[in-house]
Amino acid sequence: MASSENVDSVGYIKHHLQNLQVCKTDDGWMWNNELADQGITNACENAGFWTFNVDSLFFAFILGALFCFSFWRVAKNAKIDNPGRWQSMVEMIVEFVDKSVKDTFHGRNPLIAPLALTIFVWVILMNMMDWVPVDLLPWVAEQTNVHVLGNEPHTSYLKFLPTADVNITFSLSIGVFLMILFYSIKVKGIGGFLGELTLHPFSSKNKFVQVLLIPVNLLMETIGLVAKPISLGLRLFGNLYAAELLFILIAILFSTGVGGFIGGFISYMGWAIFHILVIPLQAFIFMMLTIVYLSQAHEDH
Amino acid sequence: MNVNATLIINMIFFAAFVWFCMKFVWPHIMSAIKERQDKIAEGLAASERSQKDLELAQEKAAELLREAKQQSAEIVDSAKKRHAEIVDSAKDDARSEAEKIKNGAMAEIEQEVNRAREQLRSKVATLAVAGAEKVIERNIDEAANNDLFEKLVKEL
Repeated sequence: MASSENVDSVGYIKHHLQNLQVCKTDDGWMWNNELADQGITNACENAGFWTFNVDSLFFAFILGALFCFSFWRVAKNAKIDNPGRWQSMVEMIVEFVDKSVKDTFHGRNPLIAPLALTIFVWVILMNMMDWVPVDLLPWVAEQTNVHVLGNEPHTSYLKFLPTADVNITFSLSIGVFLMILFYSIKVKGIGGFLGELTLHPFSSKNKFVQVLLIPVNLLMETIGLVAKPISLGLRLFGNLYAAELLFILIAILFSTGVGGFIGGFISYMGWAIFHILVIPLQAFIFMMLTIVYLSQAHEDH
Repeated sequence: MNVNATLIINMIFFAAFVWFCMKFVWPHIMSAIKERQDKIAEGLAASERSQKDLELAQEKAAELLREAKQQSAEIVDSAKKRHAEIVDSAKDDARSEAEKIKNGAMAEIEQEVNRAREQLRSKVATLAVAGAEKVIERNIDEAANNDLFEKLVKEL
C-alpha cells in the first residue's frame, strides 16, 4: 500500500512537472502525448533540441501580451491633470524602474529603461502564475483533453508556470547576455572588449610575463562573463521551480485525510503568502542585475 | 527540463515585447509624467510669484495709506492755521474799524459841542443884552451893572 502510494505521488509530481510539448522526431512533428495509447508516456523524451514547450510559451506570450496591452492602453490615454487609479499604478511602476535605471546606469541608452520595465513586469506576471492552484489549470486541460479531444486522461500535460521552465528563464538571460556582448563591442570596440577579457585582472609591465598571463586572464574573465547569464537564468528558475515543487508536494497532502488536509491548507497558504515576497523580489533582482550588467558593458576603462 | 527550441521562440517574444515597450509604452508614459512635473513646478513658481506680488502690493498700500494720513494731517494743520489767521485779521479789522468809527464819532461830538457852545455863547450874549436892556430900562446905572455883565459873560 505504502509503495503504491509512493508511486502515485511520484507519478503526480512527474505529471505536474511535464510540459506539453511539440517535437520533431524521426516520424515527423508530434505532440508528446500522442503515443500514449502505445504505452509511450512522453513521445518527445528523446527528441533533442527541436522541442517546443507549448504550455510555457503560451503562458509566457499571453502574460507578455497582457503587459504590453495594459501598459499601452495607459500610455495611449495618459492624462496629465487627473490620472486614474490604473494610470497611477502604471506610473508608479514606471517611475520605480526609471529610478532604478538612473541610479545604476549612467550612460545614455534609450533601450535600457524599457528593457528593464519589460523584464520586471513580465517576470512578475509569469511568477504570479504560481499562485494559481496547482491542479486548477491541469484539471481544465484534462477535461478539455478527454471531453473535447477524446484522449486518455493521463496523457494531458500542462505546466503553467513559465518561469519554472528553464527555457523561459534562459531565453531572458541569454537575451540580456547578447545585449551585453553587443554593447561591450559597440562601446569599447572589438579590441577594447578583447583587451578587457585578456588584460585583467592580472597585468604586468614586462611584456613576456604579460603574454604568459593572457590565457589565465582570458579563462577567468570568460568564466565571469558566461556566469552572468547562467546565474541570472538559474536563479529565477531555481526559485520558481522550488516554489512550484513545494506547492505540488503540499497538494499531495490534501489527499491524506483530515489532518493532512488541514496541514496542507495551512502550509499551502503560508507558502503562497511567502511568495508575496519572492515573486516581486525575483523579478526585481533579475531587472537590477540586467541593468548592472549592461551598465558594466557600457563602461569604458 | 532540457534546454530546447522553446528558448529561441521565447527570445523572439522577449525582443518583440521590449521593442513594443520601447516604441509605444515608455516614451508616452514618461512624457506624461514629465509634463505633469513641469506643470506642478510651474504652478508652484506662479504661486510663489503671486505671493511675492501680494506682499509687495500690501506694502505699497500701507505706504500709500501712511502718506495719505500725513497729507490729511498737514491739510488740517494748515487749515487750522489759516482759520486762526483769518480770525486774527478779522479781529484786527474790526478793531481798527471800531477805532475809526469811534474817532469819527468823537470828532463829531466835539464839533457839535463847539457849535453848541458857540450858539449858546451867542444866545447868552443876546440874552444878556436883552436882560441888560431890561435892567437899564429900570435902572440906568449902567456903569454900576456893567462889570456885572462882564463877569457873567466871562463865566460862560
